[in-house]
Amino acid sequence: MASIRLEHLTKRFGNVVAVDDLNLEIADGEFVALLGPSGCGKTTTLLMIAGIYEPTEGKIYFDDVCVNDVAPKDRYVGLVFQSYALYPHMSVFDNIAFPLRLNKTPRAEIERRVREVAKLAQIENLLDRRPAQLSGGQQQRVALCRALVKEPEVLLLDEPLSNLDARLRIETRAEIKRLQKELGITTILVTHDQIEALSMADRVAVMHQGVLQQYTTPEELYNRPANLFVASFIGDPPMNLFEVRYRRGGELELPGGRALRLPEPLARRLEARRLEEGATLTLGLRPEDVELSETETPEGFPAEVYLAETLGGDLLVHFRLGDGGDGPRLRALTDPERRVTMGQRLWLVPDPNKLHLFGPDGRSLLAEAEEEAPVPHPQRA
Amino acid sequence: MRAAVEQRARAYRAPLNTPRTRLLRRFPTHWLFLLPMLLLVVVFFFVPVILNLILAFTDMTLSLRWEFVGLKNYVKFLQDPLIPQIAKNTLVYVSATLSINVIFGLFLALLTTYFVKRENVGLAFRSLWLLPRMTPPVVYALLWIWMTDPTEYGLLNMMLQAFGLPPLSWRTEYPMATIILVNGMVGASFGMIIFSAAIKSIPVDYIRAAKVDGASDLGVVRWVILPLLKWPLMFVTTWQTLSLLASYEYILLVTQGGPNHRSEVWSLYAYYKAFASGQYGYGAAIAMVLVAVAVIIALLMLRIFGFRRLMELMR
Repeated sequence: MASIRLEHLTKRFGNVVAVDDLNLEIADGEFVALLGPSGCGKTTTLLMIAGIYEPTEGKIYFDDVCVNDVAPKDRYVGLVFQSYALYPHMSVFDNIAFPLRLNKTPRAEIERRVREVAKLAQIENLLDRRPAQLSGGQQQRVALCRALVKEPEVLLLDEPLSNLDARLRIETRAEIKRLQKELGITTILVTHDQIEALSMADRVAVMHQGVLQQYTTPEELYNRPANLFVASFIGDPPMNLFEVRYRRGGELELPGGRALRLPEPLARRLEARRLEEGATLTLGLRPEDVELSETETPEGFPAEVYLAETLGGDLLVHFRLGDGGDGPRLRALTDPERRVTMGQRLWLVPDPNKLHLFGPDGRSLLAEAEEEAPVPHPQRA
Repeated sequence: MRAAVEQRARAYRAPLNTPRTRLLRRFPTHWLFLLPMLLLVVVFFFVPVILNLILAFTDMTLSLRWEFVGLKNYVKFLQDPLIPQIAKNTLVYVSATLSINVIFGLFLALLTTYFVKRENVGLAFRSLWLLPRMTPPVVYALLWIWMTDPTEYGLLNMMLQAFGLPPLSWRTEYPMATIILVNGMVGASFGMIIFSAAIKSIPVDYIRAAKVDGASDLGVVRWVILPLLKWPLMFVTTWQTLSLLASYEYILLVTQGGPNHRSEVWSLYAYYKAFASGQYGYGAAIAMVLVAVAVIIALLMLRIFGFRRLMELMR
């Protein structure tokens, strides 16, 4: 097992900066997810850690040893590809045994370890088959076995679940998480699926256009997004974001002119930042943090129902803010028992303790002024 | 609205039942598309083979008279004292050139697609190797005649002199080696192109996985690339065997099969008998035996390599 440290890691392909000055620390035995939209540099980072790509700049440390010049085969990493990359000309057994054969493990030992890991993944009965004869889920397990059989220091998973159907994905997600905890292998998961990242990882590194946006626990990521990108990327349905004006004395002016009174601690925190009167800020409100009221309340804002979607456990209601229903769009999650009709007038009551506020530069204003971390750098855990 | 919809739908409606469409429907369109290729195969392949077959039963000479003589030409073939040497030459020439074509072609493909990481360098190198294939055979043969010139002005002899060695008469002393090299150098580019394309179509994840799993570059070649090249290897081997059995033009141009039949192969011998000494009937018989041998080898290879499974694999 190993801890991993990335220092100022940069990868350029010609003029394209795929990964830009990435700093990241992963503790021994930790499960970290690299999360971001496609093209954000997460797979490039993974392949640099595996040794397939050479970094343009920066260093990679395994247990405080720089591995920049270490060949992939000497890094002791297990890698599971999105495509699984099972060799079509070998049986399942030979696929799993491949890394052991290459490092000249004795025959009996190979037999024992392959069977052991196959048992762990419940594919003992498939060992004689060819990859082409397996289902996607089975192939995925074989790929995982091949990565685990050599007892790697680091397990790298590149979108391992994205080729599975929805149901299987949920099962496999849980299995991989359990397996990782049992074996205690330092694991890095690359994914564009936030549910995968949030549900499996101990910490999540959100990347965007090669730059690290935030690196913290799933709860923290969800409750205190560091900037507008993370706020809009994490959460499904996504967070409502709209522009508001700052007023001295702890008030925000919403579109349409109504004012939202901020809770005392938040008001004081904003006061400390010496924002200008009338500064344009972005208010973030998660759909689940909005209450619906049939009657006018002092904390509520009028809005008109635009559309209602049943999501099974929840009802997702789209609103247009404002008295005449001409303001910005907004989504709220509510009880599916509630009857909502299109064009109906309701009052939205945001939970004052779950407001998110972002400054003109896109950074969160909720952190204390002195603890504000420069956004592209990781928060040390 | 309705009129507009109907008008648009008209184009997609089933063809009308008019005399013209009925005629069109009965017309065997598929034969029309097959015709050019069929004509080509029939005129340039089946007709010559059948003509050759008939010719082999005649005693046709320069006078071009059809005189049927039964199996006389085949009896003559069996008694021909040169045939054992010609057969041996052919075996040596085909197997040695085949090895160069396949192994060296594979080596070039691996070098230019896997080991040389810069795409344009590999491409430039491959294009260079294709030059002889684009050159007219006569020009290519001429280059080799210069290279193997027996005087001290031959390119190979200049190289020998650089090491202080006396000039060699390459074409008379090593005729077989010369024709094998001449054909191998131009023939390797065929395998190179096929193998390069096959290597490039191997998903890069296979190679990455093998590297992470502990394979060196040679290990990747041995365990991943070569097994995945199984079918291209078989195809190139079969194809080259057949084309080498029938090839003689470079030999004719460079050594003329000499000295003293030492580099004369089967197809060249048939050519000489037919066109140099005018024994069309006998030449046809020699060629006919070669066709039979080629068909047997082709069937054997298809059988051994399991080409039927190759076709099934193409899913």
